Amino acid sequence: MKKVQFDSRLTPYILLLPQLAIVAIFFLWPAAEAVRSSFYLEDPFGFGSTFVGLDNFKDVFADSNYGRVVRFTGVFTFCVTFFSLAIALVLAVKADKVIHGSSAYKTLLMWVYAVAPPVAGLIGIFLFDQHVGPIVKMFKALGWDMRIGVNYNDTGFAMVVVAVWKQIPVNFIFLLSGLQGISKSVQEAAAIDCPSGFRRFWTVTFPLLAPTGFFLLIINITYALFDTFGVIDVLLKTQPGDDPITLVYKVYQDGFRGNDLGGSSAQSVILMVVVFVLTVIQFRLIERRVHYN
Amino acid sequence: MATITLDTVRKVYGGAVEAVKGVSIDIADGEFIVLVGPSGCGKSTLLRMVAGLEDITTGEIKIGDKVVNNVDPANRDIAMVFQNYALYPHMTVYNNLAYGLKNRGMAKDEIDRRVKEAARILEIGDYLDRKPRALSGGQRQRVAMGRAIVREPAAFLFDEPLSNLDAKLRVQMRVEIKRLQKSLKTTSVYVTHDQLEAMTLADRLVVLNGGNIEQIGAPIEVYDKPASTFVASFIGSPAMNLLKVKTDASGLAFETGAGLSGANPHGRDRYIAGVRPEHLDVVPAGSPEAALTLKAKVNVLEPVGAESYLYAECGDGGPEIVIRVESHAHFEPGQEIVLSAKAKDVHFFDADTGRRIDG
Ligand SMILES: Nc1ncnc2c1ncn2[C@@H]1O[C@H](COP(=O)(O)OP(=O)(O)OP(=O)(O)O)[C@@H](O)[C@H]1O
Ligand SMILES: [Mg+2]
Repeated sequence: MKKVQFDSRLTPYILLLPQLAIVAIFFLWPAAEAVRSSFYLEDPFGFGSTFVGLDNFKDVFADSNYGRVVRFTGVFTFCVTFFSLAIALVLAVKADKVIHGSSAYKTLLMWVYAVAPPVAGLIGIFLFDQHVGPIVKMFKALGWDMRIGVNYNDTGFAMVVVAVWKQIPVNFIFLLSGLQGISKSVQEAAAIDCPSGFRRFWTVTFPLLAPTGFFLLIINITYALFDTFGVIDVLLKTQPGDDPITLVYKVYQDGFRGNDLGGSSAQSVILMVVVFVLTVIQFRLIERRVHYN
Repeated sequence: MATITLDTVRKVYGGAVEAVKGVSIDIADGEFIVLVGPSGCGKSTLLRMVAGLEDITTGEIKIGDKVVNNVDPANRDIAMVFQNYALYPHMTVYNNLAYGLKNRGMAKDEIDRRVKEAARILEIGDYLDRKPRALSGGQRQRVAMGRAIVREPAAFLFDEPLSNLDAKLRVQMRVEIKRLQKSLKTTSVYVTHDQLEAMTLADRLVVLNGGNIEQIGAPIEVYDKPASTFVASFIGSPAMNLLKVKTDASGLAFETGAGLSGANPHGRDRYIAGVRPEHLDVVPAGSPEAALTLKAKVNVLEPVGAESYLYAECGDGGPEIVIRVESHAHFEPGQEIVLSAKAKDVHFFDADTGRRIDG
């Protein structure tokens, strides 16, 4: 590649400026603000604030409800990650058998990726509508009277299902392209070496899919933790009573509904640490990501 | 060990491309068969049908006494060596070799014995703990061979296993494969487009062209009596000179003009006459008439070391032919030469079908 030299030493910085400004305005500044206000007790009516040190953090950890939300977030994240990956894997393996590298199919499947998440989210929420949702009706016929937004477990179940449903297309596309990247002759060699298709999958196909899998694992955990806000909000119809919520939702709830800006900021600082740890793990994995050639 | 029988095997891809058009071959137990032909002639397709990696459109394949048309690749008791080796990238060399045995529930110590034995024969014992990506092309090739021999299968199938190696290594591995097959006596089917590889390895050659068999026979038989102009030009290097000839009152002649003479052998009025570069002798002008005598003008001399190839133009604007001459021979461009060939070295083919005319 040809190396381009700028006339002025200032030019590259000017070119970088818009991006840096966006990072500063939309990330660094709010983050700094959150860290700052996590040390203050904000007057609910906006008449100034008092420095309280680590009290906000102490309050967060002392709150028994916080533990409950942490537990639910853990279960929720595990279920969403596990099921959305597992179901997408099954679908991708089936699709891989059919399409055999035909690019027409691949383009079609890309549409799933482009269109599905928002639409799928809406459809999923509709399915669980308390009054007209077919899933609710189906379970009712089976003797389970779901009470979304009222019963803790029913609501949690609906959240997991909608979040999984929404994430499957993304996982599907990545896993499918991962499968297509596995050398055909290696799979043929395995077909000769291993009589059992099931065993062949777990000993050859699955390990060769591992790099894609690690990558998706982090993506999915991040998704379940943070990007499911909308799904939860719609299902709870912004009126969470004794309902399951995730950590991110609690930040919003305490800060904007409960007007406890200090406590809410402390919680977001904790989440920032979680994101930081996930990011470090992800970079480590990508660095060490096994490159088979 | 087993025989392999192909009975009018056909392969049609996607209802349109007929890659193999009714091929029948009887392969004896322990025989080394080489399928050879130009790119796209259906060699790989045929081999992959034997392996079970490709469905058989019509016809029947038997391994031993068993019809295997509907048997899974893993249950055909065959092992295959692929062109790109197809090693399992996430397994060590040891596990690459052991994988096929483990899956068949073999005892650990027997697996170990076989892997160590194969590693010894192929001299890959030092790399058993490495992953394939840490091996050179030649070493990977050996591992791929090892994966086949530990299985002790009824048949080995090779799809151009040497074509990714450099020339020197290729010759070395070729000799090794031959030696290995002779000592194991395992029935083998080997696909290549390299006629030299085919000649040196085969007990019998199967020359394929456009999905059809052109000729089956021992290499020397195919070389001595090519069944068609296609085989004649494909087997042997440099290729056989093929000349369009007509006949007149005095015998053979070029269609285009003077420069060729010889007796009409089969009483027809048109032929394609073939003579190999190594069977043409440069003789002094005025020598007695041979079965075929050519007058030609030297174009270039191409020395390759052990011998040289002389390219010359026949008669006035006739076809260019190649003559093998000894390595230090000296010829000037434009020099007039006379060439002769003995009757047993001149092949005649039908001018229209290209099939050999005998007797
Ligand atoms: N999956 C496929 N679908 C359609 N046509 C195919 C397919 N595989 C092979 N063919 C066609 O079948 C013919 C024979 O292919 P094959 O791979 O057997 O050739 P080959 O003799 O092995 O050639 P090469 O020396 O290049 O490997 C070719 O014309 C090829 O285009
Ligand atoms: Mg081929």
